[in-house]
Amino acid sequence: MLSLPYPFDRGYMQLALVAAVAVGASAPLIGAFLVQKRLSLMGDGIGHLAFAGVAAGLLLGVWPVAAALVVAVTGAVGIERLRSRGRASGDLALALFFYSGIAAGVVMVGASGGLDASVLSYLFGSILTVSPADAWTVVGLGAAIVVIMAVLGRALFAVVLDEESARVAGLPVEALNTVLAALAAIAIVGAMRVVGLLLVAALMVLPVATSQLVAGSFRAAVAVAMAVGMASCVVGLGIARVWALPPGGTIVLTAAAVFAVTSLVADRLLHRAGKAPGRTVVPGSHLR
Amino acid sequence: MNDHAAEPVLEAENLSFSYGHEPVLDGVSLTVAPGEFVALVGPNGSGKSTLLRCLLGLLKPRAGEVRLFGAAPADLRHRWRLGYVPQRAALAREMPATVEEVVGAGRLARSGWRRRFDAADRTEIEHAMSSVALLEHRRRRVSELSGGQQQRAFIAKALAAQPELLVLDEPVAGVDAESQHRFRDSLTHLVAEHSAAVLLVSHELGAVADDLDRVVVMRRGKVYFDGPPADLVATGVSLGVHHDDLPLWLEGLVKPDNGT
Repeated sequence: MLSLPYPFDRGYMQLALVAAVAVGASAPLIGAFLVQKRLSLMGDGIGHLAFAGVAAGLLLGVWPVAAALVVAVTGAVGIERLRSRGRASGDLALALFFYSGIAAGVVMVGASGGLDASVLSYLFGSILTVSPADAWTVVGLGAAIVVIMAVLGRALFAVVLDEESARVAGLPVEALNTVLAALAAIAIVGAMRVVGLLLVAALMVLPVATSQLVAGSFRAAVAVAMAVGMASCVVGLGIARVWALPPGGTIVLTAAAVFAVTSLVADRLLHRAGKAPGRTVVPGSHLR
Repeated sequence: MNDHAAEPVLEAENLSFSYGHEPVLDGVSLTVAPGEFVALVGPNGSGKSTLLRCLLGLLKPRAGEVRLFGAAPADLRHRWRLGYVPQRAALAREMPATVEEVVGAGRLARSGWRRRFDAADRTEIEHAMSSVALLEHRRRRVSELSGGQQQRAFIAKALAAQPELLVLDEPVAGVDAESQHRFRDSLTHLVAEHSAAVLLVSHELGAVADDLDRVVVMRRGKVYFDGPPADLVATGVSLGVHHDDLPLWLEGLVKPDNGT
């Protein structure tokens, strides 16, 4: 245990901090690309699939995390396929999997004798009861995501700019999209039992929304999103300890507040500058 | 690259395609020679977009054959030889990509996506930006630029790989006059400096009419005219910048009884 000042003076807080910061750094990295592909709710959709996976695991007597991983990765790749083949738009593809996933979960939980706390513990694991092994698992997962994205980032950027010309240029568009979808699923399932589904899914999107308001380039946006993600975790976790609030929710609210404040400040600056020559921020344009 | 000089950069033979029972392409043949500047024109619904997608390998024709640099589209090894600028290429407002990042993405076709850019790559990216007069805007977000400037950024993206055939889909549609002229300059520059071939799909020719080697006119899934612009002008169509009645004439082709 390190000697950190309050509110991070306790061992359990330090483990929570390690796990949260790993998620805060890695989730926005995936989200930066998902948001550009209009798949901002991918994380949430994967959560619904993971619920079905956990239920299936409990029903069949298989390790629920493994079952959730299989179902989530398959579903995420399925969402990507539906979208890329033009069978359904991004949001419709997500909805199809959302509802099928949650319905399958409900049916299987019913079949296995009803919803009990064990199902929920897999989806909404508490960050304050993280074991050292779990914390390092999340750190390892986060590091793997950072490395993979560092390698694939440029090619993925070309794909989100324009899929057709990327295809004409000979980039492995299908493979890159599949890897991104699978990586999102692995990140969600790997971290949800530790830090909670809400935290991973939200940190894929909220810091990215903030970064788009201020960053002057895509590269800078990714860096800002990671910084905002990590900072939200530190600040949110600290606030949660001080006021005895649920940590996952507090971190997510912190990330949302960072967005709101940034948006207001950016609007104000834009207003003062007349028409901003450098960064143009159109109020509400990020919500389209 | 001189060893390829003799073979056509693009050859399409007897292409047919249909959506359901609706034939869209009906025995279309088309050839583009190295360094040739060709415009593919036709009214809406004449099949030119479908033809374009078949030529690029994005769509598989029901019958017929496409060869890019002598190979089937799927087998083309040096993909950078084919450059493509899609229609209405633009970025979502919230996308924070700069001009330099967008143009750099086009270089991946040449450099390979796994390798870091070297000095030669960076020089070409800069060269591509300056050839569309966007070098001074390199660090600006593309989404902040005017429609014409955005279009030029996407042309520079295709130029960054130094293609031997550049295919542009409706590049001047809805673009201001200054951008049209800059667009023309960068194309003629490309043709002159790299002896690249250009295939331009459009329903208006505007500023580039004078520079064309050939015009191919599509009508209801077939090639209606294929020859030098002068021959088209001889049939009574004016192609000048200020008196371009091509769009009007093309509209006339849609009518069922406007025979040859």
